Amino acid sequence: MAHELWSHDATTLGASVVPIADSTDIVTARQRGRELASQIGFTGSDLTVIATAISELARNIVEYARNGEIVLALAHRGSRTGIQIVARDQGPGIAEVAKAVQAGYSTGNGLGLGLPGVRRLMDDFEIASVVGKGTSVTARKWMP
Amino acid sequence: MRVPILKQGGYLIASIQSALSDEDLLQLRDDLVQQVGKYRSRGAIVDVTVLDVMDSFAVRTLRAIAHMIRLRGAETVIVGIQPEVAFAMVQLGLTLGDVATALDLEEGLAFLGRNPKTGPPHGP
Repeated sequence: MAHELWSHDATTLGASVVPIADSTDIVTARQRGRELASQIGFTGSDLTVIATAISELARNIVEYARNGEIVLALAHRGSRTGIQIVARDQGPGIAEVAKAVQAGYSTGNGLGLGLPGVRRLMDDFEIASVVGKGTSVTARKWMP
Repeated sequence: MRVPILKQGGYLIASIQSALSDEDLLQLRDDLVQQVGKYRSRGAIVDVTVLDVMDSFAVRTLRAIAHMIRLRGAETVIVGIQPEVAFAMVQLGLTLGDVATALDLEEGLAFLGRNPKTGPPHGP
C-alpha cells in the first residue's frame, strides 16, 4: 500500500525545517511543533498530542536512519486549517510498510509504537518508503 | 540538564525542572538507582509535573527506573502526570504497567508513608 510521496490535496505554507541527528534534536523538533501548533490555534491536549507525534517521528529517524529532518508547516484543505508534519530521511527504508504501520510491529528495540502510535494520534497519515533510499512520513492534524 | 535529586527522610525526590533529552532521562535513571543505595532510601518519587510530552522513550525509561529501584529493594512513585499527557499516552498505547503513580508530590509522599514496605518517612 504505497501512498504518494507528496500529496497534493493539502497545501502548506511557511515550512520550518528541523534537522534531526541526535536525541536533543527530538526535543527541539517537538518544542517547535508545539509552538507552531499553538500559533495555528490548537489548544490543550491537541498540543500535547501533536508534540508527542513529532517526538515519535523524530525518534524513528534517530533510531533507524541516524539523521533526517522534520518539516513543520501550516496546512489548509478546503476551509480547514491544521498542522502538517513531514518526517523524512535517507535511511534504510522500510521493506514492509503495511506491516510497519500496524500495531505491535517493530523491527527496532521493542517499541512497537512508533508509526502505529503516530497514526492513532493524528488525523491524516501517509508513508512512502523505498528500501535503500529512505522514508517519508506525512501526518496532519486539523483544527477541531 | 541534570535532574536534581533531594533526600527527604528515607525517600529520594527527583523533581524534573524542564524538558529532558534521552541522555538526561538515562542520567536520572543511573543517579536514582545509585543514590537509593548510597542513602539507603526506601522510596523514590519522580515528579514529572513540568513534562508536557511523555513519549515512548520517556515512559519506557520511567518504567525501567521503577523496576531497577524495586530490584534494589525500594519503591518508586511517579507523580504529576498532566491530564493532556495522560490523554496522549492512552492514545499512543503507552502504559506504566505496575509502576505506582500519584496525583502530586504530596500524594506521592502519603503513598510511600502508608506502604508497609516503605513505611513512615523517618523510620523506626
